[in-house]
Amino acid sequence: MSALEQFREETRQWLEENCPQSMRSSMPEREMPWGGRNATYPNPDTKIWLDRMAGRGWTCPTWAKEYGGGGLDKPENKILQEELARIKARPALTSFGVWMLGPALLEFASEEQKKHYLPQIARGEVRWCQGYSEPGAGSDLADLQTKADDKGAHYLVNGQKIWTSYADQCDWIFCLVRTDTSVKHNGISFLLIDMDNDGVEARPIKLISGSSPFCETFFTDVKVPKENLVGELNKGWTIAKRLLEHERTMISGMGMGAGEGSLGGMEVIAKENFGTETSATGGERIGDPAMRQAIASYKMDQQAFGLTMRRAGDQAKAGVPPGATSAMFKYYGTELNKRRFELLLDVLGTQSLGWGEETPGFSSKELAVTRSWLRSKGNSIEGGTSEVQLNVIAKNVLGLPKA
Amino acid sequence: MSFILTEEQILLRDTAQKFFAEQVPVSNFRQLRDDESSEGYDTAIWQQMAALGFCGILIPEAYNGIGYGALEMGLVCQEGGRTLAASPLFATAVLGASLIASIGNEAQKQAHLPRIAAGEVLTALAIEERAHHDPQQIALPASKNSDGGYTLNGEKCFVVDGHIADLLIVAARTSGKAGEAKGISLFVLDAKTKGVSITRTEMVDSRNAAIVKFDNVSLSSDAVLGGVDAGFAALDGVLDVARACLAAEMLGGIEVVFDTTLAYLKERKQFGAHIGSFQALQHRAALMFCEVEICRSVVLNALTALDEQRNHAAQAVSLAKARVGDAAGLITNEGVQMHGGVGMTDEYDVGLYMKRARVQAQTFGDSRFHQSRYADLGDY
Repeated sequence: MSALEQFREETRQWLEENCPQSMRSSMPEREMPWGGRNATYPNPDTKIWLDRMAGRGWTCPTWAKEYGGGGLDKPENKILQEELARIKARPALTSFGVWMLGPALLEFASEEQKKHYLPQIARGEVRWCQGYSEPGAGSDLADLQTKADDKGAHYLVNGQKIWTSYADQCDWIFCLVRTDTSVKHNGISFLLIDMDNDGVEARPIKLISGSSPFCETFFTDVKVPKENLVGELNKGWTIAKRLLEHERTMISGMGMGAGEGSLGGMEVIAKENFGTETSATGGERIGDPAMRQAIASYKMDQQAFGLTMRRAGDQAKAGVPPGATSAMFKYYGTELNKRRFELLLDVLGTQSLGWGEETPGFSSKELAVTRSWLRSKGNSIEGGTSEVQLNVIAKNVLGLPKA
Repeated sequence: MSFILTEEQILLRDTAQKFFAEQVPVSNFRQLRDDESSEGYDTAIWQQMAALGFCGILIPEAYNGIGYGALEMGLVCQEGGRTLAASPLFATAVLGASLIASIGNEAQKQAHLPRIAAGEVLTALAIEERAHHDPQQIALPASKNSDGGYTLNGEKCFVVDGHIADLLIVAARTSGKAGEAKGISLFVLDAKTKGVSITRTEMVDSRNAAIVKFDNVSLSSDAVLGGVDAGFAALDGVLDVARACLAAEMLGGIEVVFDTTLAYLKERKQFGAHIGSFQALQHRAALMFCEVEICRSVVLNALTALDEQRNHAAQAVSLAKARVGDAAGLITNEGVQMHGGVGMTDEYDVGLYMKRARVQAQTFGDSRFHQSRYADLGDY
C-alpha cells in the first residue's frame, strides 16, 4: 500500500470514529460554526466536531503544524477533502480568519505574529471580520480616511468602517488604516484591532433581504499596540490587493452555486409549473418555449463559465499564464449568480414572493430562494463592483490607457 | 480531460499558424475575391496544405492519412479562421473525410480516402433543403429501383463548395417522412453523374456555396454510404465534428477581430485622447475579452469531448457552436462599431470577418437551433 493509500485508509477510519452523525447532514444557517469568544452551539455536536478537527489541525489542513494547521501536502489534502465529501461532513469551521486573514498573515506577517494569531484562527477561538470599506471609500477603496496616528507606544485609531461582515459578533478586526495623509495608496497600513477595546462600536445594518450580515463599525480614540501592524508601515495596500483577490475568487464561486439544488434543478421546477410538450425526438420539453430558452441560455453560460475556471486552473498548474483573471471570474460569476436567481423567481412565479423564514403557503426552501435572490444583488457590489472589475480588466489585462 | 495541449498538438498548431500567416494571409482571400476566381480557392495553396498533412488529419493511417482527431483538425481550422483562408479544407477534409472514414465500406474508403488525403479529390455534402438547418427534416426522395439502385429527385441548397466538388455526398430520404430520424440514407456519387446540375451561388462572405439539383439521378446500390435508412446517426456525428471545427474557425476569427480592435482603441485619438481611455469603450472591450476566454474554453471542451467520445459530446458541441456563434456576432459587430467610419470600408478587414462570422454562425445550426438541441439533450 502506498503512503497516500494508507493516509486515505487512516483518514477514513478517523472520520468514521470522530465525525458525529448529526454533522453528516446539510447545515442549517443557525448551526454554522463561526467560532469565536461568544460562539453559541445550538447543536452541541458542532463544538465536538470543531474541537476534534482542530485537534488534528484539519480546520486548516495545509497550514504548518506550528501554526495550528495539519501540515498536509496537496495530495493529502485532496484525499482529506474527498473523504469529508464522501460522508457529507459539514465544514468544522466557517471563518474569515481561515479564508482571508490566514493566507495574508502567512504571506506578510512576522514569525511572532504568525505563531500568535494563526493557531487561534485554526482552533476557532477568535472570530475575525474585515474592515475595508468606508462610507466615502467604496469602489475607490484607497481613498479610505480612518486614521491611525502614531502616538509613540501605540496607534490612536479614529474613523468609520462599513460593510464589516458580522462585526457585531466578531472578536477582532483586520483593518486598512491611513498612516500617511500626504499620499493615497502608499499611505495605507494593515492593522489588527481587538474589538473589546474601548472606543470600538459595531451597529448592524438591515438589508433588503431582512437580514443583517453587515455592520457599520466606529472607532473613537482606540489605542492599538504597535506590534499589531502587519507588514511594513504604509505598505498595507499590497496586502489589501492580495486579500481582495482571495475574496474575489471566493465570491466568483457563487456563479457555480447550488441555490436551487435543494428544490431540484430549475428545469425540473419549470416542467412542473409550465407543463411539458413532446419534441420530435420524443423528449419532454418545458411547455413554455421562452422559459425553456432562458433556462438553456443560462445553463450554457454556467457550463461555459465552469469550463473556463477549470481551464484557468489547468493552465496555472501547467505553468501557462492564464488569460482569465480573478477580475473576470468575479465579474462573470456574480452576474451569472444574479441571473440565476432572477430566473429561479421567474420559474417559481408567485411561490417566490413569500417573505420571512416561515409563512403559510410557502415552503422553507421557496422562502430561502427569495432571500437568496435579494442577497445575490450584493454579489456584484461587494469585493469590488462589476464596473470596477471591468476597469481592472481594461487596464491591467488589456492595457488600455488611463483617462 | 485537460485543457492543456500536448507538445505534438502545439507543434501542429504552430505549423498551421506559420503557414496561414505567411502563405495565406487575408490578402490571399482578397485576391481570390477580387479576381472572381472560378474555383474560389487557391489550388497551389491547397496542394501545400495537402503536403503539410492537413487534408488527412481525420483519415486513418491505413488510408494514407495522419489519424489524428477532432482537436487537431480544430486547431488547424482555428488558424485558418484567423486569416480567412479560403480552401476546401472544411468541405473535404472535415466533412467528406470523416463521413467516408466513419461509415464508408472498404471499397469506398480505398477509393476515396487516400485521394482526399493527397488533396486530389474534393467533396461536398448536400443536406440542406430549407433556410434553417434541421437534418431530421430532410425530405428529398431517393426512391428504390427494381434493380436495387435508387433514383434521386429534388434540390439541395447551401451546399458548401458544391461547384468545385468531384464527389457529392447526398442525404436523402429512403423511407419515413420529414421530421423523422429514421429513413435518411447517404449516397456518394460523382458530381458529373447524369441528371446532376450544380449552380454556384454568390455568398455574402465571398465563399463557395451551391444549389444542387437532382433530375432523375439514377444510382446503383454501391452508392449507398453506410446503412440504408440509418444515415442520420452517422450524419449527426460527423456534423458534430464539423460544427466543432466551425466553432474553432470562428474562434480564430474573433481572436483577430478582438486584437485588431483593441489595437485600434490604443491608437485612434479623438477629443485629444486615445479612444481606448474612454470608460464606455473600456467596459465593452473588457466584456469582449470575457467572451473570447469563454469561447476558448467551450471550443477546446467540444473538440476534446468528441475525441474522448464522451456521453455528453453532442451537448458540448451544441454549447460551443451556439456560444461561439453568439460571441462572434457580438465581437464582429463591436469591432465594426469601434472602428467607426473606417470599419464600414472594404479596405479594413473587420467587415470581412463580420460577413464570414454570419455565415459560419448559420452553417449547420444557428444559436437558436443549438440552444434547443442543448436543452433536448439535457432532457428539458
